[in-house]
Amino acid sequence: MSSLNSRDSFVIEREVKPLDFLSAGETASDFKETLKSLGIPADICRKTSIVAYEAEMNAVIHGGGGIIAMELEGDRITIVAKDQGPGIENVSLAMQEGYSTAPDFVREMGFGAGMGLPNIKKYSDELDIETKPGEGTTLRIVIFLKDEGGVE
Amino acid sequence: MLLSEIVSILDAEPLNEEMDLGIDIQSAFASDLMSDVLALARPGVLMITGLTNIQIMRTASMIDIPAVVFVRGKKPPRETIELAGKLGIPFIITYKTMFETCGMLFQAGVKPILCAKR
Repeated sequence: MSSLNSRDSFVIEREVKPLDFLSAGETASDFKETLKSLGIPADICRKTSIVAYEAEMNAVIHGGGGIIAMELEGDRITIVAKDQGPGIENVSLAMQEGYSTAPDFVREMGFGAGMGLPNIKKYSDELDIETKPGEGTTLRIVIFLKDEGGVE
Repeated sequence: MLLSEIVSILDAEPLNEEMDLGIDIQSAFASDLMSDVLALARPGVLMITGLTNIQIMRTASMIDIPAVVFVRGKKPPRETIELAGKLGIPFIITYKTMFETCGMLFQAGVKPILCAKR
């Protein structure tokens, strides 16, 4: 792993289990550790792990589990989070801070407060949401390796 | 301010003596909503919370939070303690409420973080 540098491209893919709150976040932690070991700047590692973590929690809470992948290639990191959950009925509502469809037991853990997708947008450079009711959701999130002075 | 000074201000208990209480803390953020922590906290900020589940340590590690204060005398479950050890995040437990904890630390000079108007 340490022989790679930021110009090398690779993909890491992890399966996320539904409603597994003990393991939730392991994927995002793995991604962060991998990027840190490659010498990627701390703020890029942090942004990537936050968006991966929020995407992972969404897959755990809403998506019935899913697959989260991180690709490092060229000037960017791409996170693709794919689930087979119920899909998002109204994407513009879901993008509003505070709008949530999460059940109470999720809120009691400190999540499901309607900040997941807004946080992903805040910390990413590009966000594409592909969703269809009954067919699941795929998020494609891009973070550029060069920090352009956005969110610290 | 050192985390060890915060321990004494809050009459708090570090769970084990191996924890590094020599961390310098300048600012803090108090919340029971982890997504708000992810949205607003900054690296180096002390997290104050009344939740103790394992995701508190995951959240802290994602945003490079150096230490956690559990308020209202809440003792974290084993999995949270284990993950904190693995991630190297010290935590302390105080019997004070979140309000009193924040008030005392603010009075002692710990700074808040900015929540931008939007």
